[in-house]
Amino acid sequence: MNKPKETRKQVKIGQERLAAVLGHKQHQFIGKPMPLIDGLEKTTGRGQYSADLRFPDALVGRILRSPHAHARIVSIDVSAAEAMPGVRAVITGEESDVPFGVLPLARYEYALARDKVRYKGESVAAVAAVDAWTAEKALDAIVVEYDPLPAYFDPFEAMAEGAETLHEKRERNIEREVDTEFGDVEAGFAASDVVLEDSFHAPEVTHAQMEPHAAVARWDSFYERLDIWCSTQVPYYVHMAVASVMKLDMSQIRLVKPMVGGGFGCKTEAMSYELVCGLLARKAKATVNVVLSREEVFLAHRGRPATWTKLKMGVTRDGRIQAVSAEVVQRGGAYGSYGIVTILYAGALLNAIYHIPNVRYHGLRVLTNTPANGAMRGHGTVDMRFAFECMMDMVAKKLGMDPVNIRRVNLLETPSMTINDLMVNSYGYPECIDKVVAASKFGEKRGKLPFGKGIGIAGSHYVSGAAKPVNRSNMPQATVTLKLDTDASITVFTGAAEIGQGSSTMVMQVAAEVIGLPPSRFRVVASDSAITPKDNGSYSSRVTLYVGNAAIQAAQRMRDLLYQAAARGLNVFPNDLELVGETFRVIADPEKTLAFNEAVELALEYEGTLITKGIYSPPKIAQGGANYRGAGVGASPAFSYSAQAVEVEVDVNTGHVAVKKVTVAHDCGFALNPLAVEGQVEGSVWMGMAQGRQEETQYENGLPLAPNLLDYRFPTIMESPDIETIIVESNESGGPFGAKEAGEGSLSSFLPAMANAIEDAIGVRVLDLPLSPENVHAAIEQARKAKAQAAAQAAGKTTAQAAGKTTAQATPEPIPTPKATR
Amino acid sequence: MKTLVRFSINGIEREEAVSGSQLLIDFLRDRLGLTGTKMGCDGGDCGACTVLVDGRPVLSCLTPAAAVAEQEITTIEGLSQNGGLHPLQEGFHLKLGSQCGFCTPGMVMAAKALLDKTPDPTVEEIKSGLANNLCRCTGYNTIVESVQWAAAKLKESGRV
Repeated sequence: MNKPKETRKQVKIGQERLAAVLGHKQHQFIGKPMPLIDGLEKTTGRGQYSADLRFPDALVGRILRSPHAHARIVSIDVSAAEAMPGVRAVITGEESDVPFGVLPLARYEYALARDKVRYKGESVAAVAAVDAWTAEKALDAIVVEYDPLPAYFDPFEAMAEGAETLHEKRERNIEREVDTEFGDVEAGFAASDVVLEDSFHAPEVTHAQMEPHAAVARWDSFYERLDIWCSTQVPYYVHMAVASVMKLDMSQIRLVKPMVGGGFGCKTEAMSYELVCGLLARKAKATVNVVLSREEVFLAHRGRPATWTKLKMGVTRDGRIQAVSAEVVQRGGAYGSYGIVTILYAGALLNAIYHIPNVRYHGLRVLTNTPANGAMRGHGTVDMRFAFECMMDMVAKKLGMDPVNIRRVNLLETPSMTINDLMVNSYGYPECIDKVVAASKFGEKRGKLPFGKGIGIAGSHYVSGAAKPVNRSNMPQATVTLKLDTDASITVFTGAAEIGQGSSTMVMQVAAEVIGLPPSRFRVVASDSAITPKDNGSYSSRVTLYVGNAAIQAAQRMRDLLYQAAARGLNVFPNDLELVGETFRVIADPEKTLAFNEAVELALEYEGTLITKGIYSPPKIAQGGANYRGAGVGASPAFSYSAQAVEVEVDVNTGHVAVKKVTVAHDCGFALNPLAVEGQVEGSVWMGMAQGRQEETQYENGLPLAPNLLDYRFPTIMESPDIETIIVESNESGGPFGAKEAGEGSLSSFLPAMANAIEDAIGVRVLDLPLSPENVHAAIEQARKAKAQAAAQAAGKTTAQAAGKTTAQATPEPIPTPKATR
Repeated sequence: MKTLVRFSINGIEREEAVSGSQLLIDFLRDRLGLTGTKMGCDGGDCGACTVLVDGRPVLSCLTPAAAVAEQEITTIEGLSQNGGLHPLQEGFHLKLGSQCGFCTPGMVMAAKALLDKTPDPTVEEIKSGLANNLCRCTGYNTIVESVQWAAAKLKESGRV
């Protein structure tokens, strides 16, 4: 009161400290690029993947596979194999009669086939032997008698009347039929000025992750326990499946995930080789290694299904979508896997990017005699997004509208619930479009580049975690624990599966940020069922949002304990303190300090080791509606958004398309680690490019034609274009520090953006993926023929007729014309 | 039938009995426990198993161990000696040229061979130097940046 000036001077609160008091400090360990905490393990070759684990007494496991696409197993004679020296165990379908499958609704696959085989390459028997040579000799000695059945490699044939069914209770081989309508689609089409419909096709593609699947299982016959190490994205799901198939209690199994060399969805469920590995180990009473060859990886598969999409869109002359109707057929392969979810995603995520008042979806997931399809990066949304974003450009062209504008006029108003009950909160899509248009100079290039060169744009979105877990339960979907001990270091325990995306780094960053301690104080222990809390795993882009939020809660609790201890030591309230570097300091009296080590000592007094826990589950409102079947799929606490512009050069003589430049903007809410976000976005875009340009699995009577990395071609460094990545931050209020997903959403917009660029370059619309020379050339030829035909008919007819209901002011272009004539 | 073969692995002279059919990769991984070298395909398609033989990048999955007799083999483990990282290992770490990391050892070894020959490579030279190494995570742009970072660091430290 008496010396105001001096007092003010004494307690002067700097900007930083003031912000600390008010709780919005500058970020210290998030929001800036951070190399991955396990990065050096990889660049030095020190990190161990499943196949790198060395057990001196380990046996080698090998799997015998079916030569038939569909056949009854009449008999299996393993006696000769069992009698071979060095063979320690031989197993067949007799070993376990418990079916597995990631979805409780579709559990009908066996570790080793029983009664029937349903695709070429299905696991039939397995051997554990002292070395690979002996194991393979033993496989040769197994005699299997088959009775072949009709096999289907085409979903339409599999669904035909009278077709032999692959499974019981799957009539016409339909795994799932989805039929939903929201709003009144026919009324929407009636209110439209332009209605277009077309058919699109996308072939099957596969993950081709660099690390082949591998597992090691060690059976301890004294304690009747199994330790298993395997390359998986979902340790918890595999743990459950191994227990169930081996008829063990989960408590008898310890499951550890070593480093994983890429997933992209192929490791998001227990696979037969992991179960076989466990079964072999128990039978041999030993340790068994199963490492799949690259050819076997193609058979294990679980990639994106071949998809036939018929899409109809109605818009008013101002470009606003009035109604959308989609029909999808997916060739699902021989088993359920995630198929029901895939076919539901394709319909559910028609929504949540644009405002669609009326939408109908019909989906068929069909079982065929090919390796089972499952989840793959952008799960269920990629082929539909291709069709949808192509259709938007087709409609815009009909209206004479700019492709950017048609996207802008259909933006969502947020926050809102979509017509199918998806909650959309943060929505950086408009900004993504703006940034990409500006950075790519879209307006200056579109329609203005010389013939053969073009630019296209498209958008996409993806869930930040499936709101409903695969196994419905009220358990938290993510749990993180922190341990602080006398060494004054903090260990973060998480079940989140680090597969190279940077989840362990993210969890550490978030904890460090909340507590205010540098990364050097932290260690992360991930994915060991004996040590780390249960987590659902790395799929559906759930980790950042779910595990990040759980980490925040655990760290806040640890922070409270530390601050309370330091406050006791300094005789102030916890609120009076700040942590600067590694020193607690009284904000109003910076001279009063306590070293972090001393605070830890105080915190442990009478308490001992401190453990805190954080949990997360999505809020109810984000979990999807309850009033229709399948409502649980597509719902998420937050959606990421992406827009990208692709520039191409097309050789009209060969159909070859070179991708020259990609500009992408991705709304990840907040970039906890911009380095990792950019890496994930670029990786997604590139994978979209690989699918868009060239990828395709092919079968000849069910036999894979390209089960190796030479014939299943994806771009090398030589064909990979420059990708300019722009991070958009829409600050998701439900995300950790505003963050949401970054690893999948940018994949699917590449494919339509490329097709739209080809159309800009040569005036030809290609409806079939991949946009390979074959398909592009075929589309060029078709357009040429159609043009000639139309020219012949044109005498006496006006083009207005061909445009049907179109009333737009611009001259419609029903026939593709080379840009040179514009 | 095994023959006695002499070679140097990561600077250590060794004399080992190897069978004619034993591949270099199996010898490195199974006999010596040098598991940094990875097997990513069924042979010769992906480059993950790349090691240096007398400085040349070689696919260890297609090379019999006996064929590298009297030569110097360098694996990823041999790059970081005496506790120090090779600039390529640092570059791939800092620039996120490595995500899942499975292709990284082969990629780094191929890049090492490139930089040994071409210390100041253009982007095109980097690309052609790594054209035999597949990566499924990064989209390759950060790999180019990682190699550029390492080249600059090597230049700066006068190691070239």
